[in-house]
Order: sequence, then structure tokens, then C-alpha cells
Amino acid sequence: MSTKPIRVLIAKPGLDGHDRGAKVIVRALRDAGFEVIYTGIRQTPDMIAAAALQEDVDAVGLSLLSGAHLTLFPEVVKTLRKKGLKDVLVFGGGIIPEEDVAKLKKAGVDRTFGPGTPLSAIVDYLNEKLRVAA
Amino acid sequence: MPRKADPSDLIKRVRRGEHAAASRALTLVVDEDDSSEALAKDFFKSAGCAQKIGVCGPPGAGKSTLTGRLIGHYRKLKLQVGVLMVDPSSSISGGAFLGDRLRIMEHATDSGVFIRSLASRGMIGGLTHTIFGAIHVLEALGCEKILIETVGTGQDEVEIASVADTVVYVTTPAMGDEIQAMKAGAMEIGDVFVVNKADLSGKDKAVGDLRAALGLGHSAGQAPRAWEPPIVATSALSGEGIAELARELDGHWAHLKKSGEGRARLKKQHATELQFWIQRRVVKTALDRVNDKILEEMVAHKTDPASLGRRLLRN
Repeated sequence: MSTKPIRVLIAKPGLDGHDRGAKVIVRALRDAGFEVIYTGIRQTPDMIAAAALQEDVDAVGLSLLSGAHLTLFPEVVKTLRKKGLKDVLVFGGGIIPEEDVAKLKKAGVDRTFGPGTPLSAIVDYLNEKLRVAA
Repeated sequence: MPRKADPSDLIKRVRRGEHAAASRALTLVVDEDDSSEALAKDFFKSAGCAQKIGVCGPPGAGKSTLTGRLIGHYRKLKLQVGVLMVDPSSSISGGAFLGDRLRIMEHATDSGVFIRSLASRGMIGGLTHTIFGAIHVLEALGCEKILIETVGTGQDEVEIASVADTVVYVTTPAMGDEIQAMKAGAMEIGDVFVVNKADLSGKDKAVGDLRAALGLGHSAGQAPRAWEPPIVATSALSGEGIAELARELDGHWAHLKKSGEGRARLKKQHATELQFWIQRRVVKTALDRVNDKILEEMVAHKTDPASLGRRLLRN
């Protein structure tokens, strides 16, 4: 077969219900040729990790606007790794203060996208990271 | 995760019930990876051991929510459940939004349930070309009930009848009158009919319309059948009617086993799987040979599609 579609899980951990941003990302990735699985709002790290495992995704994108990213994002990474998903790329987006980006990076969130990021930047980032590895 | 795993190791882990292994095997199968043939050969040994329940019907009828309810029912009985949910791929970008899982996230962390979203990847008819391979992975994993949710294209979504043992056709009170129910297509393949959203008004009329439409066959001289498709009213939202639906699904499975119809269906499924395999192989092999040079020959009227087609298939 030609190029295999890249599979991405988009999830919203925690209690934040503002999912318009996540849905816009889902739409942009779909239109860029990705197979996107969206799990909806109010997900626990365990639910996200189980879904990522069963769907065999290449990347997990986490969206959060509530301010709990320093707790929840690393927890998701930890749960993914515990399940043996060592190579799954984790990226994030939302209202993430500049000073937290490095902390998240250290915790395994490869890249964080803030408000105003052009959608093409996210698409390019994923293509660059995942097309080469595949 | 390593992209290239040893097939025999992967097979062993799938048969041991490891979700991570099944997930990787599914990727290899649906991506039609070179290594998937070795897997498929082994997994096929388990073909036919689980009841494959196809859930079809128009978009928004509540297929995913109903599927979630059935998962819950089977899990109470401690049955291992596999779920394949197909959503359409974009014919423009090739991408897909797989949103069915969202409706059944309550079962996300249950180790007795394995859910996989599949993109149709260019196939028309509500399924995907590699659906059989995906089913065999779940059979090898030890699933006892496999729920297959189709895209939800509606009236002519009949492929599922060649894939599933039991076809559930889901409609709602708001889906139209008995004239809709008289049309050919999906109405002909239902083994169990569901009027979902029974919490809405018009449920009784919808059930009546369905019954009348199904009954027309008798008046038109159709011989009585060993299995007359029952109609169940459910509310996936409240859970009403789910136990009754599950009873009918069990009844149909028992009917398949004792009547010989089950064997006939399995044979038809294998025939369809073989057909898919040949189509994929032959069509792809021939199409891969198409190049600009032969297209130019056609433009110059040096050859024609029929002659060229024969030549490409022969090579």
C-alpha cells in the first residue's frame, strides 16, 4: 500500500469541558489526511491510555484550558509509558503559561501549542515527527 | 513500539489475550503490511468462534450508544467483547474522524472489552476492505461477542450481511413512514430490527410501520421463514429494551447454530473474504502497472482501455 495514514488520539483530560479547540484540531488533522480518534471531554489518564493502546495511535494530543496541565499531562505520559506505549508522541495545547512549557517537556510532553498557533504548524510538526519515524 | 515484531511472538501474545499485541496486529492487518499474511493465516484458525453482530442503520439512529449498552449487558455476563467501529475516510484528504469511541468511553478501562475504530479507507458500503482480518484478530484474542458498527450510510448498506452472523438494523421513530420501510436494501438484511429512541414520541407507530412493511412479504407470496426478524423498541439512553434485544440476539445465534443457516452464513462470509482478497490483490497489482506512457498511448488512440486492461491483467 502507499502511505499508511498516521493515527492520532485527541483527548481532553480532567474536568475542563471547553472542547472547541480540540475539535478544531481534530478537523484540521482530518483534512490533512490523518486518522483522528476523539475521546471527548472529562477523561481520566487511564481512559486516555487505554484508548491509545487499543487504537495503536502514533501520537496523543492533549487539550486543557483549566490550568491543571502540570498535574494531568505528566500523569497521562506516565500512564502511557506504564502500559508499554514508549514511542507514542505526546503533545499538548491550551492555556499553558510560558514557564510551564519546559516543565512539561521534561515530563514527556514533546511540544506545547498555545492560543493563536496556526493549524498548519501542528500539522507540519506531526508530519515531520511521524512520517520520518514510520 | 517496534514496527517489526516477530509474527510468532505476536501471535502467541494475541492468543494469550494481550490487548497491546492485538492492537499491533490490527494495525498490521488493516495497513495490509507485508507481515500481516503470516498473522492472518494463524488467526483464521479461530474464524467462526464468536458471534459477530453487525449494527447498521442511518447516521444518528443511536448505533454507538446502543453498542455501548450491549457491551454493558455482555460484560455483566462476564463475556469477552470485541468492538469494531467503522467511520468514513475523506475521499478528499484520505483522513478520517473516528468519533464512535466517544459514546462508549465508560468501557474504556474494562480489560474484558477491546474497542478499535477503523476508517473505511475508500470502501463504499459501510465497512472497510480489511474488516475480516480485523475480526479474526479479535476472535484469536478470545472475544466471544464481536460488535461491528457500520458507517451508517443508510439505505443500501448491505455489505454487513456478508460479514456478520446477526444483523441488527437500527432506526428511530423520526425516520419516516412505512414507505421508507418498504424500500429494498438494508431492510432486507435485518435479522433483528430495533426502534431506538423509544423515549421519543411515535415509537408505537414506528414499530407498527416496520411490522407492516416486514409483513408485506407474506402477502406477496414469500414463504414463511425459519427466523422471522423480531422488532424491539429500545432506549439506548435509559437502557430500556436492551435485555430484550440481547435475548433476541441470543435467540438468533441459537437458531443459526441448530438450523444449518449458521454454516451457510459462515461459508458466505469466507467467500466474501476471499473475494475481497482477490479484488485487492488483482486490482492493486494491475493498477500499479499503469504509468504515464500507457496513458499517453490511450490519448494517441494507439490502444483502448479494454485492450490495455487485458494486457495489464495478463502481465
